[in-house]
Amino acid sequence: MGFWKLSKRHAWMLGALAGIVSLVIGVFQGQFAVVWKKAVMICLECIGIG
Amino acid sequence: MKRLRLTVQLLFTIVTNGYMYGFLNGKIYRGALKYACVPGLNCYSCPGAIAACPIGALQALLNQRGLQIPFVALGFLFLFGSFLGRFVCGWLCPFGLVQDLLHRIPIFKKKKCLPLHRVLKYGKYAVLVLFVCVGSLFLFGGFAKVPAFCKYLCPSGTLFGALPLLGANEALRSQAGGLFFWKLGILLGIVLLSVKVYRPFCQYLCPLGAVYGWFNRFSLVQIQWEKGRCVSCMACERACPVALSLQEISCSPECIRCGKCVDACPQKCLHFWKKS
Repeated sequence: MGFWKLSKRHAWMLGALAGIVSLVIGVFQGQFAVVWKKAVMICLECIGIG
Repeated sequence: MKRLRLTVQLLFTIVTNGYMYGFLNGKIYRGALKYACVPGLNCYSCPGAIAACPIGALQALLNQRGLQIPFVALGFLFLFGSFLGRFVCGWLCPFGLVQDLLHRIPIFKKKKCLPLHRVLKYGKYAVLVLFVCVGSLFLFGGFAKVPAFCKYLCPSGTLFGALPLLGANEALRSQAGGLFFWKLGILLGIVLLSVKVYRPFCQYLCPLGAVYGWFNRFSLVQIQWEKGRCVSCMACERACPVALSLQEISCSPECIRCGKCVDACPQKCLHFWKKS
């Protein structure tokens, strides 16, 4: 089986791996805290007030 | 399959919006689960929401000081997209469920698509670029960063966030003004259109659908076509609610993996899930 055919079949794994790597980088950059802070306050823009 | 999908949609919506205290008191959940994102478009200001919206998270990270790569939002989008693609839209999105239910109301002759569908379907990519990315950075706020998609467009935020919160919270209700009515108008337009046309928001405006559509070609969950057994009866094309051709089913960015083609095939040559 050629490299490209194998790559296409397993591309979802590469995508998932990229996702996990992104999440790990996000942990080190403190981005989870940014998301949490935004998500636990009522978002006035989202409800059409802000 | 139809009943199974509706059950999954209802259960997922109830579980991910199950914070009843919020609905009763006009408040939102503030626990640790909100570090994570749900796969579908689910406003984190919905009183019942137990996790964050991936598009809201993307905009929150883009709105930070300086230009940062939004790793956390991209991480969740890559994970959900790589495993599921637009299966998320068909099976797990609360706003998709609302549109599905509205389309079942038997009062208009149903249409799969709007006129100019071939052009309009690119609207969701324009929304993703202009409202979510560029808009979040500077466009609509006059160089002040605002979550432009949430603020000006998102009907899910109005339906699941604004209406329950304003209903239960007097202080918020007194502040509702022009922006709220603008968003309410968008929601009403989409609600009315959904009765006639299948999922107009998902097909033409949803930035999350635009992102997951890119993953459809290689995501783990696929609809596979056994070409050898196919008798070209085109039952699948007639059943497809978003008017895809047989060749486009599953790999097209428009396929939401609803499974109606799988049910419709008399030869059983369409299957869910990826075969090894």
